[in-house]
Amino acid sequence: MDGLERSDRRRFLRQTGGFTLAFAIPLEAGLAQVPATASPPRLPGNLQRHRRLDAWIRVQPADRSILLMVGKVELGQGILTAVAQVCADELDVNLERVRIVSGDTALVPNEGTTAGSFSMPDCATAVRHAAAEVRAALLELAATRLGVPATSLRVEDAAIVAASGARTSYWDLPAGEELRREATGKVALKASGHRYIGTSVPRVDLTPKILGQSMFVQELRPEGLLFGRVVRPSTYRARLLSADTAAVERMPGVVKVVRDGSFLGVIAQRESQANAAADALAKSCRWDTPAVLPRTDGVEAWLRSAPIARDIPTRRQPRTTPGEVARTVEATYFRPYQMHASIGTSAAVATMGTDGTLVVQTHSQSVFETATAIAGLLGLPRERVRLQHVQGAGCYGHNLADDAAADAALLAVQVPGRPVRLQYTREQEHRWEPYGSAMLIRTRAALDAKGSVLDWDFELWSTPHTTRPGNQAGNLLPAGHLAKPIPQPVPVNNGPPNYAADRNAIALYDFPGQNVLTHFITEMPVRVSSHRGLGAYGNVFAIESFMDELARATGADPVEYRLRHLKDERARDAIRAAAERFGWSSWKRASGRGRGIAFARYKNTAGYCAVALEVEVDARSGSIRVLRAVASADSGHIVSPDGVSNQIEGGLVQSLSWTLKEEVQMDDTRILSEDWASYPILTFSEVPPVDVVLINRPGAPFLGTGEASQGPTGAALANAVFDATGVRFRRLPLTPSRVLQGLKTRQG
Amino acid sequence: MTRFTLNGRAVQVDLPASEPLLQVLANDLGADGPKYGCGKAQCGSCTVLMDGNPVRSCVLPLSAADGRTVTTLAGLTEGGRPGRLQQAFIDEQAAQCGYCTSGIILQAQALLQRNPKPSDAQVRSALDGNLCRCGAHNRIVRAVLRAARGG
Ligand code: FES
Ligand code: FES
Repeated sequence: MDGLERSDRRRFLRQTGGFTLAFAIPLEAGLAQVPATASPPRLPGNLQRHRRLDAWIRVQPADRSILLMVGKVELGQGILTAVAQVCADELDVNLERVRIVSGDTALVPNEGTTAGSFSMPDCATAVRHAAAEVRAALLELAATRLGVPATSLRVEDAAIVAASGARTSYWDLPAGEELRREATGKVALKASGHRYIGTSVPRVDLTPKILGQSMFVQELRPEGLLFGRVVRPSTYRARLLSADTAAVERMPGVVKVVRDGSFLGVIAQRESQANAAADALAKSCRWDTPAVLPRTDGVEAWLRSAPIARDIPTRRQPRTTPGEVARTVEATYFRPYQMHASIGTSAAVATMGTDGTLVVQTHSQSVFETATAIAGLLGLPRERVRLQHVQGAGCYGHNLADDAAADAALLAVQVPGRPVRLQYTREQEHRWEPYGSAMLIRTRAALDAKGSVLDWDFELWSTPHTTRPGNQAGNLLPAGHLAKPIPQPVPVNNGPPNYAADRNAIALYDFPGQNVLTHFITEMPVRVSSHRGLGAYGNVFAIESFMDELARATGADPVEYRLRHLKDERARDAIRAAAERFGWSSWKRASGRGRGIAFARYKNTAGYCAVALEVEVDARSGSIRVLRAVASADSGHIVSPDGVSNQIEGGLVQSLSWTLKEEVQMDDTRILSEDWASYPILTFSEVPPVDVVLINRPGAPFLGTGEASQGPTGAALANAVFDATGVRFRRLPLTPSRVLQGLKTRQG
Repeated sequence: MTRFTLNGRAVQVDLPASEPLLQVLANDLGADGPKYGCGKAQCGSCTVLMDGNPVRSCVLPLSAADGRTVTTLAGLTEGGRPGRLQQAFIDEQAAQCGYCTSGIILQAQALLQRNPKPSDAQVRSALDGNLCRCGAHNRIVRAVLRAARGG
């Protein structure tokens, strides 16, 4: 039923160290909730939300494995390997024994969305404590059985040995009963002797991918598979006037043409037939196409004039210390709409079971909430919708994964009993994904006679950064196209201050006065949502560009200037580590070259990262070549050094691509960035060598890493270009034509 | 009827000759590896080897394979074990999401056949038509150079 041949599955399980697809595990009756005690203790990570030990971990004597169930999902960031490492270490079992089920709404604890660099602090922390507690429970059972004190026992790969030589093992103990209880939070973690934590083990999902085995939702081939495709409206907010569905229905292989208002889809026997039918259907459509877009060049002006839904005082910290203002400096920065631009277009496989349960295989980051949203879209009871996470291509935030699940579901309900696989075309992916929001930022600093900051004012204008499904059908793309459209809820700027549009808008520097004001705009001419780092990329670009401007304006060294304003020792270490590895103090200037540095602690609560890089600017063409880059990373206690490096470097390279090249193009009706030619990204020859310096903090809490390096990278690049050319670029991206224009102003 | 050799095995396919080769490989022949990324020969995720040359299977009709030898990523394994290039990718952990991996390994395989000792710059330029969004580029280049050195 899952598209893997039997022998494939065996091979798959063997070669992946037990990493397993969710649907290989039989569905067990839901976990009964244990009544909560009067005032339950606060438990670490997501154990607080799901307190039962057996919600996370089960001992499986049948195949001598440990079943680990997590709500977080693999997005290519290596999270499942990291949680397996943590689990194996605390339980004292070989890593190969850990089987993971992830993101199946019928089986795993609901851990919300896999995003925001929360997986290590929330999920891995919960798994670690649960595993330690399971081990303690098993040792108690063993102690009773062997008649020795639990403290005299040691464990080696699930074998329990007493000082006397008496033995038993995890597989011989009645663990099931014992784990059917809440965690206590009282079992200590291992302080030392880690076998996996701190070691780079090969990622459990990479070997099968490299050997070319089916791993992705795009590759699922269940029995009786049909192929679905949707035909999108010509533009945002277009309405379908007419379509010749009857003619398309007669095309070869077409099983069904679906029309519901402006929602159009086809289901066919073969993929090529679905494509041909969708193309013919698209050709037959007439649309009413309103002009609603601000045009690429008009986005900044639109942001300035758009109605502000809410002014959020993200930070109000008036200066209370004396100090004479010697001068003030101001600047305005702009970040355009940018894409996730996943290499694989979004896809899903949906099956409306004859028992009335809809099952969707999806690469959604939020299986539980999207299941609720899809139930709402289809008018099904929530318990009749089951989502199972299967990997897709890297998504870097909220892309079309959930919409593909919704579209596939809308088609699958038309053909009960048959699985329908839907994958978007490249054009659909580029034109309809929710982009990272454009942002306008104005900064102002009052400096004392030494050039140090006395007052810092930071003001930003932004449309939303979160329109994830969040249990609401109206957030799913097709919802607005139905004959009875479900309106999209008005987005909010979620979370505590510094969280969404204002993520990293509060500078970590110890300025005597700091005010941050967020102008939150809820009108969305362009579809937007969570793009890796949310507001952090734009905000850190502005803060760290501005810090550089202040340093230059006052004749200070950019590294010294930052350290002067920063007390946080870990932040200082991160900056110094990057500067040192880069060779900041011994750097020699060559013609056309420049160096830049920037720093941020992601969300001011997650990983610390500083980036230093060197560029060469060709004054004739305006093109920027990044010669090399260094990043430092402090993510607390490191579980997988290679995993952290991979995330930091990948984020840095992606941010170079955003910063050098990326801006969604549009006219007044239509998104014009519709493929890789009209929305180019960084290529192999343009990627510089990257050196990552890891700062390990044994015993410190896990901090997320996946979004730490993007903000500092963008600013470090603009700072290096200034260093090379003497021209400050405050509008992204730094394309050759924009650089040329800037250089001309310098000459003129 | 289209006849060709797929990963060392003779296959016969009775399907319209104009169907995209990618779809036939992925949906009908279970030849895991090539993936749809753009359908326009812009990204390389559908790359397979045809008589040893890298081709974009998303824009080729099935008929183009007639009488040829087609290799997908699964075809690089040697007796069920990772091939040399695959092993180098495992050793370097040269991916993040891995969606681009299949096309990139096959493109690199063709490079190494033509030029067994490429420089860093030659590897990059050979892979310039293959896009990776995760930023795994440098790991990938290291893996190809490692394979070229003999593992
Ligand atoms: S899918 Fe063939 S080149 Fe992109
Ligand atoms: S590893 Fe994700 S696209 Fe290359």
